[in-house]
Amino acid sequence: MDYSITKFLWTLLGLFIVLNWGMLMSSTMRRIGARVSGRFGIPWYQPWIDLTKLYSLKSQVSHGAMFFLGPVFRLMGGVGIFLFLPIIYGSDHWSNYSFSGDLILILYFQFFGMLGMALGAGEGGHPHSAIGISRGLSQFTTIEVPMTLAVISLAIQYQTLSISDIVAAQQGGFTTWTLWTNPLATAAGMLSLLGAFGHSPFNLVKAPNEIPIGPPTEYHGVFLGVLRTNGAILHVAEAALFMNLFFGGATNWVELIVKTFLIYFWSVFVGTVFPRFRIEQSVRWFLKVPTIIGIIAIIIFL
Amino acid sequence: MEKENKNIPLVKTKTFINPENEKRSVTAPDGSIIEIDPIKDYFCQDRPKEYKVRSGAVEKFLNWARAESLWVLGFGTGCGSIEIPPLVTPRFDMYRYGVQMRPTPRQSNVFIISGYLSVKTLKRAIRSYEQMPSPKYIIALGSCTINGGMYWDSYNTINRLDHYMPVDVYIAGCMPRPEALLAGFAKLKELIKAGKAEKANEYVRNLDWYKANQKKIIKDWNMPDYNW
Repeated sequence: MDYSITKFLWTLLGLFIVLNWGMLMSSTMRRIGARVSGRFGIPWYQPWIDLTKLYSLKSQVSHGAMFFLGPVFRLMGGVGIFLFLPIIYGSDHWSNYSFSGDLILILYFQFFGMLGMALGAGEGGHPHSAIGISRGLSQFTTIEVPMTLAVISLAIQYQTLSISDIVAAQQGGFTTWTLWTNPLATAAGMLSLLGAFGHSPFNLVKAPNEIPIGPPTEYHGVFLGVLRTNGAILHVAEAALFMNLFFGGATNWVELIVKTFLIYFWSVFVGTVFPRFRIEQSVRWFLKVPTIIGIIAIIIFL
Repeated sequence: MEKENKNIPLVKTKTFINPENEKRSVTAPDGSIIEIDPIKDYFCQDRPKEYKVRSGAVEKFLNWARAESLWVLGFGTGCGSIEIPPLVTPRFDMYRYGVQMRPTPRQSNVFIISGYLSVKTLKRAIRSYEQMPSPKYIIALGSCTINGGMYWDSYNTINRLDHYMPVDVYIAGCMPRPEALLAGFAKLKELIKAGKAEKANEYVRNLDWYKANQKKIIKDWNMPDYNW
């Protein structure tokens, strides 16, 4: 078969694995959260049932074209990060469509889904959506600051904007990981990751008890199914991005699963311990400690 | 001096339209004037449609998925709403059975009418119910929903819920304990898996009858007949 077609099929298979791993991971994390509060929580297969039900619902509601496109843009954000991320280092099949400048493109895709969702949810017209969007965008803007500073620090350290090259430079054992060679950038990145995953204390965007679910208030049925699909992909893809940047990447699927699980668990661990921030608190928090750490990480390598 | 004789009506005719829902013209930023009729613009006026029941294994599979993923609308009416929070605590933990709470009607399938419904709340309950996507189910909790219970002769509550909204499962008692609610969920699951929980379609087929009953008791009807 033609190389480009086989490449595409391998990437699709990778997307399928990542989707299912993301759903299993989310139900596992919810079970862990339930155990912390003394419950058993949902069965591990609950996300698949929910998704089946959501995709079987027929919608009669229309709020306009942008309302339909919102979840599609959001899905594109998640799939876009996956497509340009070398998910398994050194593998011809799973390096996806990574190229020499993919790091910049992935940073862009992180915001792309958010903006698409903002436009779509805005057309839904619900006041809670508007509040959720304004909170989400302002919080994500400040999340991006330490994250970008950490990425710039890595780019100066490794003199490259290619994720594959950054992973290649970290091969050769635990001590060559960015975690050891550039701990400050890792700290800034991991603190910004807390916000990117949207668990407590930074879950004000979707605060279910306060502004019912925030931006997706009007989304239901298939739309919500698309958003959930994206959530599963995005969580693994973002965790894989941080794994590639700071924790030496993965050379096989088992390593990927263990490392993404631990990275995601970091945000869940913090989330079960700390209560929710108000929006001005979280914005100030991101602009203080993580930003200062990120700036120092850059100054060191200048 | 002669008094001007103006025929000002003493009582203005009541229109039952909220001020924010009245027709008005608004000047847009570019200077053009736009006519806004919120009742027509903000609500959908179409009649509801029945959802299509597929046949054979596909419907059985989908019914199984619907039964195992019951999303409950976080809407409490009457005293029974205090019986719902214990369900998410370690003692009862309804998440084990695939029952989850959702904060918005758009994302819910199950509506628990948890006790008496005052006329004012009935209107909100109807609006919330109609915004839920089909297939949707109603669980009626407590004797107040069956025959009025201890509010039987109240001036302000309804007596029989199924005159106004289609009920799938009744849970009798005053008040039923959370265990009874879990049993109700189990019964609802049985009904859905057997393909017998089709009350949402029944509501659509008998919409005129339900609307006549609702309008008889809700005096300030200031919304379209079906608002999803």
